[in-house]
Amino acid sequence: MTLLSVTDLSVRFSDALAVDGLSLQIESGEALGLVGESGSGKTQTALALMGLSPSNAIVTGSVRIDGNEIIDVDESAIRPLRAVRVGMVFQDPADALNPCLRIGDQLARILISHGLADAAAARRSAIEALARVGLPDPERQSRAWPHQLSGGMRQRAMIAAALIAKPDLLIADEPTTALDVTVQAQILALLDDIREDTALLLITHDMGVVAGHCQRMIVLDGGKPVEEGPVEAVYSAPEHPRTQALLAATRLKAAPPPLTDSVPALQAEQTTVAYGRRNRLEAVKSADLVVNIGETVAIVGESGCGKSTLAAALTGLVVPEAGRVVFMGQPLAADITDRPAAVRKGMQLIFQDPAGSLNPQMRVRDIVAEPLRVHAPGLSTTERRASVSAALADMGLDEQLEDRFPHELSGGQAQRVAIARALVLEPQVMVCDEAVAALDGTVRERILDALQAVQKKTGLSIVFISHDLGVVRAISHRVAVMYLGSFVEVGETSALFDAPRHPYTKALLDAVPIADPAAERPMVILGGEVPSPLSPPAGCAFHPRCAYAVDRCRSEEPEQRDVGGRQVACHRSEELEL
Amino acid sequence: MAQYVLRRLLAAIPTLFVVIAVAFMLIRFTPGGPFDEERVVPPDVERALIEAYNLDDPLVVQFFDYLGGLVRGDLGPSFRFEGRVGDLIVAALPYSLTIGLLAMLLALSVGIAVGSWAAIRKNSLLDRVVMAFAMTGISIPIFVIAPLLVLVFAVRLGWLPAAWSSSGGTAWLVLPVLALALPQIAYIARMTRASMIDVLASGYIRTARAQGLTTAEILRYHALKPAMLPVLSYLGPAIAAILTGSIVIETIFAIPGLGQLFVSGADARDYTLVLGVVAFYATLVMALNLVVDILYGFLDPRIRYR
Repeated sequence: MTLLSVTDLSVRFSDALAVDGLSLQIESGEALGLVGESGSGKTQTALALMGLSPSNAIVTGSVRIDGNEIIDVDESAIRPLRAVRVGMVFQDPADALNPCLRIGDQLARILISHGLADAAAARRSAIEALARVGLPDPERQSRAWPHQLSGGMRQRAMIAAALIAKPDLLIADEPTTALDVTVQAQILALLDDIREDTALLLITHDMGVVAGHCQRMIVLDGGKPVEEGPVEAVYSAPEHPRTQALLAATRLKAAPPPLTDSVPALQAEQTTVAYGRRNRLEAVKSADLVVNIGETVAIVGESGCGKSTLAAALTGLVVPEAGRVVFMGQPLAADITDRPAAVRKGMQLIFQDPAGSLNPQMRVRDIVAEPLRVHAPGLSTTERRASVSAALADMGLDEQLEDRFPHELSGGQAQRVAIARALVLEPQVMVCDEAVAALDGTVRERILDALQAVQKKTGLSIVFISHDLGVVRAISHRVAVMYLGSFVEVGETSALFDAPRHPYTKALLDAVPIADPAAERPMVILGGEVPSPLSPPAGCAFHPRCAYAVDRCRSEEPEQRDVGGRQVACHRSEELEL
Repeated sequence: MAQYVLRRLLAAIPTLFVVIAVAFMLIRFTPGGPFDEERVVPPDVERALIEAYNLDDPLVVQFFDYLGGLVRGDLGPSFRFEGRVGDLIVAALPYSLTIGLLAMLLALSVGIAVGSWAAIRKNSLLDRVVMAFAMTGISIPIFVIAPLLVLVFAVRLGWLPAAWSSSGGTAWLVLPVLALALPQIAYIARMTRASMIDVLASGYIRTARAQGLTTAEILRYHALKPAMLPVLSYLGPAIAAILTGSIVIETIFAIPGLGQLFVSGADARDYTLVLGVVAFYATLVMALNLVVDILYGFLDPRIRYR
């Protein structure tokens, strides 16, 4: 039976065509992937399918849900189809749930609104729906407020809301993009589980997500469908350049420039960062890290593991409780304001959100020139201009851009301006905190290439904080895996990826979606969530989630030790076959 | 929660102390005294009066005497009227309370309704007209609005009484409550509109629409509570504005409430009466602000008081 039938759908705004002639069909029980980069019209498609297009959009074509046309009909005709025939899950569960209403009430309201249950029955159904999506203690969670749930649990609640009225089709718009890779794996597994009763339209930019979970796929480019077919066929022989680019983004091939010798550029020694007095929270626990000259060291781990806090301690933005930072052989003051200008100049920081880190009232030229005004006041205007242009050119940006304001830049351009601003000082160390996380595949690759070119030229050391293991593998010499504030495994990138020696590293690697429909997928998905750092588990902090934990792990905290040239903090590292 | 309330109450004590100290000094440094009248009081009578009210003690001693009385709940005797200041306030309070509460209720109900309605029809002609009216309401001072209302509804049309009269009834309430509420309606409508527009553009409203809820349900269950947060934080200033407004309004409409008591007290340099009303107003504003802050926690579950 055809659940959804779309013919020649177009969504036009006054200045642009967001969706351009899309046709698709979804049969019951089927899973269709809709893939494209940001701006390709994915979300506008999803909204149009539910009759939710913004009021200034002109929607043409035909969308039929179970045979009911929803384009150019009155809202009252579409309303009974929503939730009951088609459920919808949005990208960011923090934004998609009402912060002022209890979870259970938000779910129950759907049934009451459609006249499917009275208040009491709807409450019971809400609890059942929460139980079905794997929320622990659903009775209690139904009374929780959204902010009391973790991101993964919130997304489960969103899925429960989308499924509560038993729709035949679920539209999921980037349902895992805002989540950690481990939680992403859990949510994708959940979407597989519900497929018995519900067809799926999975909208994503990540070819890895489509591979194991859809049968057919459509690739969107600039609002136009450019390639369509069974997932296996598209993956094995992608025809359109956009499809090939999207696939390439999941198979980054870059390799870091080879290292000749190891001279430490930046070291953290026994660094501990703690917050709070009564509710003491150790964000980073006695961390040791060495970054050599010309080396890229990646710090990976789930959100909240302490990787950003460590970066802030390295750069002196937070003051550690204990330990010290050594830069080019010279011990540093903990607070950045106490560090000499040469050190501040030599260590630069790049943040995740480029729009937020550029002053909206300054032109690109002035943004990049500002550090020079501070650190090299002796430069003439011409010299400064030349340095600015050179730094922008290194990032692949031409001179035309110099007159623009940040809001006139794309996300990728803005991030390259932020990196150029850091590079213009010719630093020895650059700390990149999720610097490419917000960017599309092709843009991301271009930035990484540019960074590596600079590294080759100047011997820049990079601390690369990321949750994206594909990127980490492509650009870093070494990887440090962090869990609840401690490094659990540190080692050479390829060796660590090929043969992890800590169960957590293994679990993280297994959770990464594989962009190959034919690949065998590991069955073990890391269950549960990161425990609260306010009350970390006794013994090995990872033991409650570890499939290999024994009694010793529950009582005795493992020391970091050398296992085959790698630093590992696991009691059973030698004996385990991971 | 109880701990939070207790802490806030304790923190109110120094604030109250400062308010009373400033008011005490202001009224004492104002030229003239409670017994200066056209009819000259004989010097010995005046001396006896001054002694009777301890006005010959040093100011500091008088101040702490007054504070001592305050702690025991005694606001002292009125210089001008018969009886204690406390009794005068209790007698005047019902009038002020009635017009203040009614004005607040009117401002909230009409302001929120009009603001939400304008938000749903954002940028329509009606929205623009309503918001222009609101801007006018904010710009015109209350002492202009009140006489205008009297002129139209009492003098020209003769529908409503122009002032309070001892004969009772409730018709006299209409004009003062309206005059007091109009600027607040305007403020609250504008604020509700702005915050409602924000809320209606948020992700969870899109979710609610995707769940098939009707516009009425979305407004009632999803939008109203979060949209009320900025309005709620305005309630503190609104209460203060209605209190000060009532001083003007009660004078214009000859209502024997607290505001009029305050004005005649200030006129007559009735030191204790002025101080008593100021202390009462200050306590009231602080108490109502505490209530507003507690309500905040009910609207926004992310706020928890410790």
